[in-house]
Amino acid sequence: MEKVLGDKKAIALFIVPPLLLFIGVVFIPIIWSIVYSLYSGMPGVKFDFVGLSNYTKMMQDKTFWQAFWMNMRYVGIVTSGQILFGLLMAMIFQFAIKKYKVFVRTIVFFPVVLPSVAVAQLFSKMFEITPSYGLINALLEVMGLTELIQPWLGQGGTAFGVLCIMDIWTAIGFYAVIIYGALVDIPGEVIEAAQIDGANSFQLFRRILIPLLKPILTTCFIFSLSGTLKMFESATALTKGGPGVATRSLSMFMYNTSFTYSEYGYGSTVAVFILIECLVATCLVGLISKKLKGDV
Amino acid sequence: MEEIVRQQKIKIAHKRKIQSKTLPFIGKLGIALILLIEIYPIIWIILSSFKSTQEFNMTPSYSLPTAIHLENYVTAWKAGKMNIFFTNSAINTLVSLIFILAFSTMASFALTKMKWKGRDLVLKIFLSGIMIPTVIVLIPLFTVYKNVGLLNTRTALIISYVAFGLSLSIYLLSTYLKYIPDDLIEAAVIDGANIYQVFLEIILPLLKTGIVTVLVIQFFFKWNDLMFSMTFVSKTELKTIQTGLLYFSDMYGNRNWGAIFASIGISVMPTLLLYGCLNKMVIEGMTSGAVKG
Repeated sequence: MEKVLGDKKAIALFIVPPLLLFIGVVFIPIIWSIVYSLYSGMPGVKFDFVGLSNYTKMMQDKTFWQAFWMNMRYVGIVTSGQILFGLLMAMIFQFAIKKYKVFVRTIVFFPVVLPSVAVAQLFSKMFEITPSYGLINALLEVMGLTELIQPWLGQGGTAFGVLCIMDIWTAIGFYAVIIYGALVDIPGEVIEAAQIDGANSFQLFRRILIPLLKPILTTCFIFSLSGTLKMFESATALTKGGPGVATRSLSMFMYNTSFTYSEYGYGSTVAVFILIECLVATCLVGLISKKLKGDV
Repeated sequence: MEEIVRQQKIKIAHKRKIQSKTLPFIGKLGIALILLIEIYPIIWIILSSFKSTQEFNMTPSYSLPTAIHLENYVTAWKAGKMNIFFTNSAINTLVSLIFILAFSTMASFALTKMKWKGRDLVLKIFLSGIMIPTVIVLIPLFTVYKNVGLLNTRTALIISYVAFGLSLSIYLLSTYLKYIPDDLIEAAVIDGANIYQVFLEIILPLLKTGIVTVLVIQFFFKWNDLMFSMTFVSKTELKTIQTGLLYFSDMYGNRNWGAIFASIGISVMPTLLLYGCLNKMVIEGMTSGAVKG
């Protein structure tokens, strides 16, 4: 038994190819990026060791901070939107729908698996103004709200709004299904007991459901944050970061710096910053939820 | 005391009765609205893809098509080169899935059932990949691919797809493997099976659900990829469906809405089909990373 399960040749055959590929394509490039962030320019052309000066440059770079703040606003709105609407939808699944539960769940989940480019094309056509009105402007026209008809994707504020709506829309089903899975596990007696003790709906929600759902909500936060912090595809496909830099995220800033302006060193610096952001966010959410555990 | 509880119970029952009378109407309306918001945009795209150019100019965009104009699909498929992009994505996805499946089943078997030193460390290395943002590897990979002449090849995309598909697949398969009892392996070994027979004849058939889940999830990730394909491939003949779709809408812009809608329709067709047949498994698979983690 031990001999068969400890067969060194078989282990090597099973583990070495995937491990080599993984280390070569994922792990080494991470270290490589960190090293690159200490250089300036482009390898092969002019690539000089500059120490930490890319990092000080980043701290003083106005365009970096523009992307950073846009990204932070996006994270705040989209992450809370995804989880709040997901929670709401999960409550609807649990308390308001009796028949066709599976059908509704299937429909609501569908946008999750759609390619982000297709979704972005769909939204850009929905909010189109020329050559003919898209769905939204056409509906506004028919409702007589002509003063609201506008080039939604041509103005910074509304383009950002459309982007947020789009990314919340695609993810609601995902969070609804996860949270619903946890809601189902709450025993009915717990809720009934609270009702007998005279709890109203809000108290029930605040004192019973939220504490019991906390572990799954923490997971949702980590998932949502790791998606929104590195957002790239949806805005690239919807607006290419525009108009101006109104919807340009950090990842897009990093991409432009590296591949449009060929500043590999500086691009790597921004990439390292994004990596740190993701790791810090994960640890923070974990810590906060651990701390909250005691005092609800 | 008992009397109070009894009265409370009656009160609650009464309250529920009222709720269950008012809820159905508002509830149904709300649910219908939610369904409409979630699903109508997709229906709109499909309906619009059948409209003629004239219809786009003459009628409001929410109106139904008067006839089914399939020429949009012909334009998108042929003149819009969607046939090339579709084939590229199909090849890249298929080849990647085969490698992801082979590598992740072998690795997760060795990581959960076999006994060796350093097992936990290797598992940790693989799992740490789940949290890593893709942008961090782009520049180094681009540089390497450029130096070895792999830019503008399918190989570059497939290598990246496979490597980035491993973490989640190994994680999922390991959780499935934990449910397979060791006694089965022991019995097979006593009967004289070697390790390869155990893997191929005992483990793989039992892992069927896990394998299908991994295939389905990874299909969506690879089919939907934009970042790798826009970085490593710039030749039109090698573009994938997502970069192709972007390229396509840049080319046609606002001039040919019908063809754009048709191209979106083509890009989501495999998704629709797969989701239509396997939606229960897709939902469980996509959320299993969050639920089990």
